[in-house]
Amino acid sequence: MMDVRSFAVIATVVFGIGVYGALARRHAIAVIIAIELMLNAAVLNFVSFSRLAAPGSAVSGQVFAVFIITVAAAEAIVALALVLALHRALKTARLDRFNMLKW
Amino acid sequence: MFPGILALVPALPFLAFVVIGLVTRPWRWLSAGVAIAAISVAFLLSLGALSFLLTAGAETPRVVELTWLTTSTLNAHIGLRLDALSGIMLVVVTTVALMVQIYSLGYMSEEPSLSRYYAYLSLFCASMLGLVLATNFLQLYVCWELVGVCSYLLIGFWYDRHAPAFAAKKAFVTTRFGDLGFLIGLIMICTAAGSFDFVEIQAKVAAGTWTAGWLGTVAVLLFCGAAGKSAQVPLHVWLPDAMEGPTPVSALIHAATMVAAGVYMVARLFFLFSASPDAMQVVAVIGGVTAIFAALIALVQDDIKRVLAYSTISQLGYMMLALGVGGMAAGMFHLFTHAFFKALLFLGAGSVIHATHTNNMWEMGGLRKKMPWTFWTFVAGSLALAGVAPFAGFFSKDAILHLVMGKNLFLFALAVLGSLCTAFYMTRVICVTFLGEARAASGHAHESPWVMRVPLVILAVLSVVAGFWHAGFERLVQGGEAEAEGLNLGFAAVTQMVPLAGILAGVMLYVLKSPDPDALAVRFAPLYTLLKRRFYVDELYDWIIDRIVLRCSAGLAWFDRHVVDGAVNGVAWLTQQTGTQLRYVQTGRVQHYALAVFGGAAILLAIAHVAGAF
Repeated sequence: MMDVRSFAVIATVVFGIGVYGALARRHAIAVIIAIELMLNAAVLNFVSFSRLAAPGSAVSGQVFAVFIITVAAAEAIVALALVLALHRALKTARLDRFNMLKW
Repeated sequence: MFPGILALVPALPFLAFVVIGLVTRPWRWLSAGVAIAAISVAFLLSLGALSFLLTAGAETPRVVELTWLTTSTLNAHIGLRLDALSGIMLVVVTTVALMVQIYSLGYMSEEPSLSRYYAYLSLFCASMLGLVLATNFLQLYVCWELVGVCSYLLIGFWYDRHAPAFAAKKAFVTTRFGDLGFLIGLIMICTAAGSFDFVEIQAKVAAGTWTAGWLGTVAVLLFCGAAGKSAQVPLHVWLPDAMEGPTPVSALIHAATMVAAGVYMVARLFFLFSASPDAMQVVAVIGGVTAIFAALIALVQDDIKRVLAYSTISQLGYMMLALGVGGMAAGMFHLFTHAFFKALLFLGAGSVIHATHTNNMWEMGGLRKKMPWTFWTFVAGSLALAGVAPFAGFFSKDAILHLVMGKNLFLFALAVLGSLCTAFYMTRVICVTFLGEARAASGHAHESPWVMRVPLVILAVLSVVAGFWHAGFERLVQGGEAEAEGLNLGFAAVTQMVPLAGILAGVMLYVLKSPDPDALAVRFAPLYTLLKRRFYVDELYDWIIDRIVLRCSAGLAWFDRHVVDGAVNGVAWLTQQTGTQLRYVQTGRVQHYALAVFGGAAILLAIAHVAGAF
């Protein structure tokens, strides 16, 4: 059996990539992908720590993972619809152009 | 019956005020009728009250009271107190008020806002009568301020002209200085006694609840109010200026009644003043100084009403002097007689002004033939004021002089000198106004209508006969058991020389012209100027206000504008600037906000880590 530490490291790396992508990427679709990465890092953590805490019996971590995957699917639809609407209005999907609500 | 029905005495004029204000305002003669009807009934009731006192005795005051306000610590009542003092004052006030209101029908006949005039007069009568009948300090104070307001309104009756408006303000502000002391004294005594009531406080004073020193302080503070209202030195400056009001108003308010309220107040609170010899001394000295001070100024005034105004101040000084040396009856008797003859003199002066349209005596002259009624009644009033036997002023002034001689020779000398001046300046007024050849303004002069002559004659008769009530008055006020001090014939014969000498000097200067008054004025130029400029008191006050008060005010105004306002504006500026700068944080770019959220979370985690949470 693999060490839980490896899962934690992988989750942290994936989460870090997600944070970087969400904060630094200019394209809206890329930011959405980065957010999905962060969610998946969280899912990985839930499952691995659930296994660590109660191997083979409790499944609360896995239930969380299923819920998150469901919510992420719904969220991705809403986000993609928003990006589509913005693209229709502004002919672009670059986040740095969406700054009409400043000051 | 008494004194409950006396509620009508102040209530009727007040009702007249309300009716004139709300109903009869467009019909000016109807308004005058309403006011005169109200004061007539009040006058008859007052006469009834006085005759009731004379038959039934006035030893114990008769009091009816209603509760006005009740608090846990103090009960305020409103009521009527009928005793010798208030009975006499009722008659004085209603008599003079009735005469003045009838006289005003003629004097003010061309006035378009006659309704307003009679409304104010009625309100004044109501407040003055309420003051006279007061049973307690609170009622006294409320009515005291009400008569002040009426005085303000009536001095400034012609408010569209500058001088009356200014004079009204001056009168109000000057008396306010005195009233400050009055209010402090009132609060001190009423909180100490736990009551406003005269009877209760009198009982506590008599029981020796307080030390003479403390009572003296209270009495002197209360006297400040009396000095303001009764125009005693150094608060006398408002009264001569108050002559800007209509002349009948001067007769009623600034000669006979309101200015006497200060004297009445001291007499009413005599139990308090007489408990402190020091306070009595203050009253006597202020009164004596005022008597001579104002009489000297009156010697050289050119405005007929101003002579009378200074004369009023001087006579009020005599009343205070009498009260100060313990002669409550003498002081009140002088108030009583003075009310009649000074009202008469003012109404006579009004008659002259009505005929000549000027206040300056030197533009009149030779009016004796043209206005015989006015002349003879004016002479009667002047003789009474000068204190020539057997006119009313003789009895009252003689009683004061006799009393003062027994107490304080210095004040006696001042009083005698003032008496000499009084006779002289009244002779001067008569000679310049009525005798000699006619000058500019007397050409078209004619006698006043009967409606103005009748009050003159009635008041003239009163000025002649009022003095003979001397003994009866004293018995009434002193409460019967005290033996009335009879007329001391020897003393009277000596003091009689004083007014006669004054009249003689006046005749020599202004009829025979030997010595010529103008030459004397040049010869004693510094003294003449000093008197002419009224001892520079007004200039002193102007100087104090201009140089000290206004400069301090300018400094404070600068402080207010720059420091206080600056602080307020600075806070506003700071808030605005902060907002202006901080709004640039709102970039509108969602990733900046996300960075702030992650950064914040990272900082919180770092803090938690350092604090040892994990």
